[in-house]
Amino acid sequence: MTGSMLDWCFKKSIWVYHVNAGSCNGCDIEVLDVLTPFYDCERFGIKLVHTPRHADALLVAGPVTRKVRERLMRVYEAVPDPKLVIGIGSCTSGGGIWHDSYATLGGLANVLPVNMFIPGCPPRPEAILYGVAQALGMVPKTVKSQTYKEV
Amino acid sequence: MDFHSILSAIFACLIFPGFLFTAIGGLFLIWVDRKLTALLQSRKGPPWYQPFADIGKLLSKRMLIPGGNRNLTFIIAPMIALAGSMLTATIIFRTIMNPEVSFVGDVLVLIYLASLPPIALILGGSASRSPFGAIGAGREMNMILAYEIGFLLAIFTVLAKVHSIRLGDVLLYQSLHGPVLFSISGVLAFSVALLCIQAKLGFIPFDIGEAETELIGGPLAEYSGAGLALYKISGAMSFFSLPSLLILLFIGPIGPSALSWLGFFMKLSLVLVVIVVIKSTHARLRIDQALKLFWTRLALIAALGAGLALLGW
Repeated sequence: MTGSMLDWCFKKSIWVYHVNAGSCNGCDIEVLDVLTPFYDCERFGIKLVHTPRHADALLVAGPVTRKVRERLMRVYEAVPDPKLVIGIGSCTSGGGIWHDSYATLGGLANVLPVNMFIPGCPPRPEAILYGVAQALGMVPKTVKSQTYKEV
Repeated sequence: MDFHSILSAIFACLIFPGFLFTAIGGLFLIWVDRKLTALLQSRKGPPWYQPFADIGKLLSKRMLIPGGNRNLTFIIAPMIALAGSMLTATIIFRTIMNPEVSFVGDVLVLIYLASLPPIALILGGSASRSPFGAIGAGREMNMILAYEIGFLLAIFTVLAKVHSIRLGDVLLYQSLHGPVLFSISGVLAFSVALLCIQAKLGFIPFDIGEAETELIGGPLAEYSGAGLALYKISGAMSFFSLPSLLILLFIGPIGPSALSWLGFFMKLSLVLVVIVVIKSTHARLRIDQALKLFWTRLALIAALGAGLALLGW
């Protein structure tokens, strides 16, 4: 009973901290668009906070360069449990056009456990809101989840 | 003191009109504040349960504690803030509901208790071992020195008109002679006290200590989970009780009849609207600008009001 109530609270109040892990600024600008009065993410309880200590979700953009890896790990550790990691843009999904570059680690999944990828270069603000809503279970999933077993 | 009176005192502190009542009312008023800000910015705004969901979520999260040897202060500081706002709310709302129960000198006790939450913020910020916390605590200290002068002079104006240091007498005086606000000294003191309340609540243009965009929350920067939740609840309680104090001191009387209660809530919403409009239409002042404002202009206005009150205006 208490557990389900706290779960509900978590879903209704997500405070996000935005991390740039070598992004080209395209995704960052789209994240800023989500916070403008036109899209108004506060009606879903989503709020941008300025320190990882207050955050529930990390919005990471960029292919994760070698230099930023250490800092990204430290930001991840500074977020108190329970936490979500949401990767924004093609670069976090698989490195994007830098997938074979020596300077990047080729995507966020190589560094942190990721809950949700929102692909797009950059993803539209609607797509970001829709992705976060799906990660929280506010919108029904359109594609069935598939699991594979190694043979 | 017998067992029954101790029990009723504990009930008054923890449930009604102390902690539980004020916390729920204050969180609801925080929603009103956020919704009103959203409407002023032509947004839709959060649903009514948003502050409660925020608090529930913060309480369910882990509290990270910075390393070092001042952990005890770091953990206790939010509790001091909560205790301060709880006792402030108890005294204010008990007096509003029944002016007879207030004791001689409760205004002085109230002044001390109302300054506990900012002091707890300074303690927590200093113990957080973060440069943001240290700078925020220093600025918060400056702000206390700035706004307390105007606040004390404004309260002195009321006490000089009433000739008593009992909150109950302020209400009785107003039921005989009309609101304190309807006089020249009352208007001057009320306008100064309103801005001081704004600074006490840590709202824009005086949110210099917390300054989210430059100090990432100042003293709150290192707090997470339950500690942050306690500070948020304490702030919400102050957001309910301090405007009520303003109404008690200046825009009385508050009688026992239903019509008078309706009037109290209308006055409360009017004061809150003024506070929220100031908050959402202004930019943050620098610390030196705020000090200059409080120490010269507002202190002069408040001193003028106090002088006029002593002359009987």
